[in-house]
Amino acid sequence: MNRLDLLKYDLVSILIYIGLVSFGIINIYSSSFNGSSTNLFDVSSIVGKQIIFFFLSLVVLIFILFTRNKFFDNSASIVYFLSIILLIGLFVFGVERGGAKSWYALGPISFQPSELSKFGTALFLSKFLSIIQTDLKKKRDIVIVLIIILVPLILTTIQPDPGSALIFLAFIFPVIREGLNLNYFYFGLYIISTLLITLKFNFLICLTILTIIFFAYLIYLRNKKIKVSLLKFIFSFFILISTSLSTNYLFENVLEQRHRDRINLVLGKEVDKSGIGYNISQSKIAISNGRFFGTGFLEGTQTKGHFVPRQHTDFIFSTIGEEWGFIGSLTTIVLFSFLIIRIITRANKQPNHFRRIYTYCFASLVFFHFFLNVGMSIGLLPSIGIPLPFVSYGGSSLLIFSLMFFVYINFDSSRLKES
Amino acid sequence: MIRKNLLVWVTLISSVIFVIQLASLQLSRDSFNTDFAIQEISVYPERGLIFDRNGELLVANQPMYELIIIPENTVEFDTVQLSNLIGIEQNELSERISSAKKYSTKLPSVIKSQISKEKNAYLQEKIWLFEGFYLRKNSVRDYISPFASNVIGYTGEVDQNDINSNPYYEKGEMIGKQGIESYYEERLKGVKGKRYFQKDRFNRIIGPYNDSKEDISPKKADNLTLTIDIKLQEYAESLLINKKGGIVAIEPSSGEILTLVSAPTYQSSQFIGQDRGFYFQSLLKDTINKPLFDRALQAQYSPGSPMKILNALIGLQEGVIDENTNFTCNAGHYYAKNAFMACHNKFGTISNLRKGIYNSCNTFFAKTYKMIIDKYDSPSLGLDNWSKHIKSFGLGDYLGYDLSIGKKGFIPESSYYNRFYGNNRWSASTTISNSIGQGEILTTPIQMANFASAIANRGFFYKPHFVKKINNQENISFEKNITSIDKENFELVINGMVDVVERGTARIAKIKNINVAGKTGTVENFILIEGEKKQLTDHSTFIAFAPAEDPKIVVSVFVENGYWGSRWAAPIASLIIEKYLTGKVERKWLENRMINGSLLAEYEKPYKFQNFTINE
Repeated sequence: MNRLDLLKYDLVSILIYIGLVSFGIINIYSSSFNGSSTNLFDVSSIVGKQIIFFFLSLVVLIFILFTRNKFFDNSASIVYFLSIILLIGLFVFGVERGGAKSWYALGPISFQPSELSKFGTALFLSKFLSIIQTDLKKKRDIVIVLIIILVPLILTTIQPDPGSALIFLAFIFPVIREGLNLNYFYFGLYIISTLLITLKFNFLICLTILTIIFFAYLIYLRNKKIKVSLLKFIFSFFILISTSLSTNYLFENVLEQRHRDRINLVLGKEVDKSGIGYNISQSKIAISNGRFFGTGFLEGTQTKGHFVPRQHTDFIFSTIGEEWGFIGSLTTIVLFSFLIIRIITRANKQPNHFRRIYTYCFASLVFFHFFLNVGMSIGLLPSIGIPLPFVSYGGSSLLIFSLMFFVYINFDSSRLKES
Repeated sequence: MIRKNLLVWVTLISSVIFVIQLASLQLSRDSFNTDFAIQEISVYPERGLIFDRNGELLVANQPMYELIIIPENTVEFDTVQLSNLIGIEQNELSERISSAKKYSTKLPSVIKSQISKEKNAYLQEKIWLFEGFYLRKNSVRDYISPFASNVIGYTGEVDQNDINSNPYYEKGEMIGKQGIESYYEERLKGVKGKRYFQKDRFNRIIGPYNDSKEDISPKKADNLTLTIDIKLQEYAESLLINKKGGIVAIEPSSGEILTLVSAPTYQSSQFIGQDRGFYFQSLLKDTINKPLFDRALQAQYSPGSPMKILNALIGLQEGVIDENTNFTCNAGHYYAKNAFMACHNKFGTISNLRKGIYNSCNTFFAKTYKMIIDKYDSPSLGLDNWSKHIKSFGLGDYLGYDLSIGKKGFIPESSYYNRFYGNNRWSASTTISNSIGQGEILTTPIQMANFASAIANRGFFYKPHFVKKINNQENISFEKNITSIDKENFELVINGMVDVVERGTARIAKIKNINVAGKTGTVENFILIEGEKKQLTDHSTFIAFAPAEDPKIVVSVFVENGYWGSRWAAPIASLIIEKYLTGKVERKWLENRMINGSLLAEYEKPYKFQNFTINE
């Protein structure tokens, strides 16, 4: 077996990966540009750090590619539990940044364990789901899956970093893929819609809409002569109604004001461009300023003026939008969706359960980050502080996503080699 | 297999939604306003310089300083000390500071403008005590010469009307408000340039925008050379000290205005600096002296006897008199039944044209006027013909000179009398006052100088004007206006005018070795006091040109309530001619009498609320 048989690696994905990281570095350079050109390898500069982490990632690549894939299978639980311990340790040793204790700092190097826990959770979940006895029709197994996902989610939420915690919801996709009753998925969608409709309008409107949908569905099922347990039906109906009723309570008492503001903003309830809406409105202004061809590298007035806060991290897409225009942002979106779909289709061909589920987890994570980040930057979703994979500035994020990506490459190549 | 490809579909649907949103952001026509990222700063060229006809610099620019605050940079400071230093009240100072804060804590605001160079030097040493404050240099007008203010005018900050009528201007910019500064604003201002800067989200400038590629450099302003002779202007102004009136001196061969005095007037230099507002208010409030009213351009007086000259010319042109025509004056004459016009000539004086002029005989010109009118079938035709002649000398209309203030004066036509008396219910006798420059006719001193200029030129005049050269090269040509009187008719009249000075009413105006042609005037005038018409002391007026055979200068002088023409106006005109033609004045005694003479007591009379006598 020739390990260096290059054609057995997913070269297209690797090229997209390198393209995205490089494009990210260009845009990080632009959004942190202060008038005088900086040495690209200056460790103290933001772009310098990102480049160093890129090289570090490439070093990781070499290791990963030569690692036997059984190793990941075996170390899945270790990585998961290590990341959980690190998350718990944050409450004692963590460093507070931007209101959340989500960082470890060792001298000049700081590290965000929630990033590692994404990898850990992906491995461990894959491992559990790939066990031959696991059956997602059994309540016990569903509970275990829930625990695996909810432990890091809750730990991240109470740092408090609810934005990053949201990412763990991405694991719903592999779980569905592996046989969870789709009704759970639909039910989840119903609950989210119920929440949003209640927040946007009020309980009575929500009740009306729900009733209409339910009766329409009931009539549809009757016509199709599909038997359905009326008890379950009524039960779920009442759950939704109570969700709607409790929405306002949850909204007012569980969420913090800043979260409430962000959600209100997207629902169009508050239009305040200088206050809470500032980030997103500035991001939209920058993106729209790019027009079709963009202002050009280092020429974006909004980027140069640093009008968009956190532009090199969470709002990197606004730099792309302004300086590279519709062409640049369209290309970025196409590259991401192409990469995600490519990974999913290759995962579907993966005969090994563990590796397939892991690959699926990875694609879901990339999608979820992409979806939340871009959606937020273009003003479709509330402001959530999560990075755009491969592109945003951030050492932990780049390193972990590179790691997960290379593990996918490794798994994918072994599929080809084994066949 | 929905499970297998669920995420694929979710990804595709999300991407499509994203692209739609991007298209609506980036490709739709209505985009967001991004102006706040770019700061536009105007770059002003230095305002154009103004020189007199001999190249003497009259108006330049001087540096002035503004005290600027950036509120966020300030720390606790001694407001008492600062308010003393810059000379504004303490509560006024804190008011300005708080309004600056309201505007922006990060952007500069002006706390005090137009701080002089001297004060700036003193402030610079103390400014370190006040963190967050600094002094910024800008440029304002420097009126070097204290004379000819009424010609040069002044500049001021644009007001809302200026901004509305011309979008070029922005708040705080300077604009010419009066005089040459206003009329030649387009030339003097140049064209401001633009510099664009990139701002950051704190509104701070962080560097040039787009490598300054879009910057527009300012266009240099034009320098003006006036026709004014500043030395002569200074001299003429000194002659009107403590008097009210106007002096206009013109070079007849070109129409160049050598001197234009209005007394009392204002000082352009007072419109600079911190007290400019008070100064302007004090000028506005002076409703007795009216210093903002230009008596040389805007004051409409009855012309008085100089009008006789024009009537003589019209009489000759119409052929109703010639040089041998004699009229007898019996200390006046009956121009109609029971209507007697008095004259200062003795009973039984027989005058020909020349004598009529130098003795200023009312009878002679009343009779001439009557013949001019009666030559035609109806008084209407006769009067309109007379009016046409008069108007060919530029009377009854704006002269079109290059200042934006002025008055038309008034030359009556038949329609005026028809409206007043009814069609053809009047005759030459009804309008007899026109013959001696009283009655309905109104003229301004510059119109008087202009018709004198036409006489000096023997039949034509150039439009009077104030600017000789632009940027020291452009030659401006002016239209030549030909009067309706033939050239040969002028010599006779000019001989009479020379005699006015040689042996007539204005012997005091005689200058050694120079032939001066002139005509005195003594103008009756009235004022309304508490609704009652009261006669005031006559105005003293004089028109002259010299040398009579080849005129180099025309002067028209009008001294309000100076009594007869040769008392004030003739000597003043004569001194100006002497000064201009010989460069010095030998008749010191006359000069002293004119400079030191005051008519202030005369001007106070109507305001004392008691009976007064006139023509003392």
